[in-house]
Amino acid sequence: MAIDAATVRKVARLARIAQPEERLEPLARELSGIMAWIEQLAEVNTEGVTPMTSAVSMPMPLRDDVVTDGGDASIILSNAPKSSGAFFVVPKVVE
Amino acid sequence: MSDLTRLTLKAALDGLQSKTFSSVELTQAHIDAVAQARALNAFVLETPEKALSMAADADARRAKGEAGPLTGAPLGVKDLFCTKGVRTTASSNILGNFVPEYESTVTSNLWRDGAVMLGKLNLDEFAMGSSNETSAFGPVVNPWRRNGSDAKLTPGGSSGGSAASVAADLCLGATATDTGGSIRQPAAFTGTVGVKPTYGRCSRWGVVAFASSLDQAGPIAKTVEDAAILLTSMAGHDAKDATSLDVATPDFASFVGKSVKGLRIGIPKEYRVDGMPAEIDALWEQGIAWLKDAGCEIVEVSLPHTKYALPAYYIVAPAEASSNLARYDGMRFGLRVEGGNLMETYENTRAKGFGEEVKRRILIGTYVLSAGYYDAYYLKALKVRRRIADDFDQAFQKVDALLTPTAPSAAFGLGENANDPVAMYLNDIFTVTVNLAGLPGMSLPAGVDVNGLPLGLQLIGRTLDEGTLFSLGGALEKAADFRAKPAKWW
Repeated sequence: MAIDAATVRKVARLARIAQPEERLEPLARELSGIMAWIEQLAEVNTEGVTPMTSAVSMPMPLRDDVVTDGGDASIILSNAPKSSGAFFVVPKVVE
Repeated sequence: MSDLTRLTLKAALDGLQSKTFSSVELTQAHIDAVAQARALNAFVLETPEKALSMAADADARRAKGEAGPLTGAPLGVKDLFCTKGVRTTASSNILGNFVPEYESTVTSNLWRDGAVMLGKLNLDEFAMGSSNETSAFGPVVNPWRRNGSDAKLTPGGSSGGSAASVAADLCLGATATDTGGSIRQPAAFTGTVGVKPTYGRCSRWGVVAFASSLDQAGPIAKTVEDAAILLTSMAGHDAKDATSLDVATPDFASFVGKSVKGLRIGIPKEYRVDGMPAEIDALWEQGIAWLKDAGCEIVEVSLPHTKYALPAYYIVAPAEASSNLARYDGMRFGLRVEGGNLMETYENTRAKGFGEEVKRRILIGTYVLSAGYYDAYYLKALKVRRRIADDFDQAFQKVDALLTPTAPSAAFGLGENANDPVAMYLNDIFTVTVNLAGLPGMSLPAGVDVNGLPLGLQLIGRTLDEGTLFSLGGALEKAADFRAKPAKWW
């Protein structure tokens, strides 16, 4: 299915990536080319096939629900673009 | 002492053990080689002081009789592995100055066994690429050149820095990762040995995530035995990775040199693709002949869904990537580019921080996961993935391993495929099936093409049967007797 500029604008918004208007058409062409190539999957009969959701079949391991680490805000904040005290500083979220 | 860099890892460990040279001497020789090889752009960060300090520690431990399996051996680390206190970027501007407060499990295992870190190696941004050209630090240049030409060639990707540095004798071995072929294709392009182990063999904890159901760490090395030594240290169960397999790690080196007599080797007919250079087909035939001489039985097998592996991969991997890379929002770590409000800050940060190929894959992933398309694309791809895995299951009822070419061409020129994403994706046509099925695969150098460039053969094994691959790899290595090295121009 061909992807148009409006779809690219919508998907870029969902992905939180700013795209200038002049990039939308070229991106639509690129993505359409890739998706057209991917369309060949429709040829494969997958009737009754269970989707493969894990590379190796194994039961999900469980562990005790206990605290194993933590309590050092300075480590967590060491790479923060902006912080204050023991907090991340983020743009205003609630008006 | 510069000849110390010509040693294999095994020979270097033997030399350290016999006190022929110290780790400080060995490490200094490699530090000097790295400093002289900046034209290759293989390292994004050199850590010579750390290396010498680790080397001095290694010498002290060896003197006390406390040497581990890798004590004193200088290695390179792909810059996708988090290293405590040492900048880790995934070759992306969005992680430009990220300094991890923790160490990845795989590198922890290497340091536990005594290895020395020379620095961090260049890669395609977030490991998304097959030529190293998507790196924010610029591409790695392959130490190999075509005969009589000085054109710059790609070392392959995404582990281009790892492969180039091993090929150029800058380190004794390197860590790498493989999501669709990122260990094996660069190994083939540089005349080195690369092993992607079974999914779950090496912990993914502390490795910057690309596509979590496909990502797997492994070594790039000078010989099959060196790769076995490195993988034995890197692998092992880790409770911090829920997909880490709780199985014992064998001494992989003990499989190298074992007889392969009587093993049945499958030749998948679907891997004979149109337009493949005749030399690669000839090399494949040669590989078959070598294994026959070694006593293997050759069996033609069919993997009928092979041609659908790449399109399925280009749904599954971008879908997982779009989810994994959502964490780069400019709030807790990495780059932040302010906007007028929260949404603009997110959008500006990610627009500025990610390169074009990463953005392209995030957009594809977001598209195939979005409302109305999930079943048609993502679920469909997961079903095709099952059929690809089933193909291998059926083949492995008849054979013990498969032999294929690693890549459909030798190393190509930087810039040659840069404007056609699908042409670039086709590099992984022989390797990506293995990731989708979670199987172990190995690439080893087996010959050179008409231009004198290395070509690789790939062995594919059953789940957790890396041992057989090391035995077969050892037999092929012995038969091929590949000794060519790139002429030093850097």
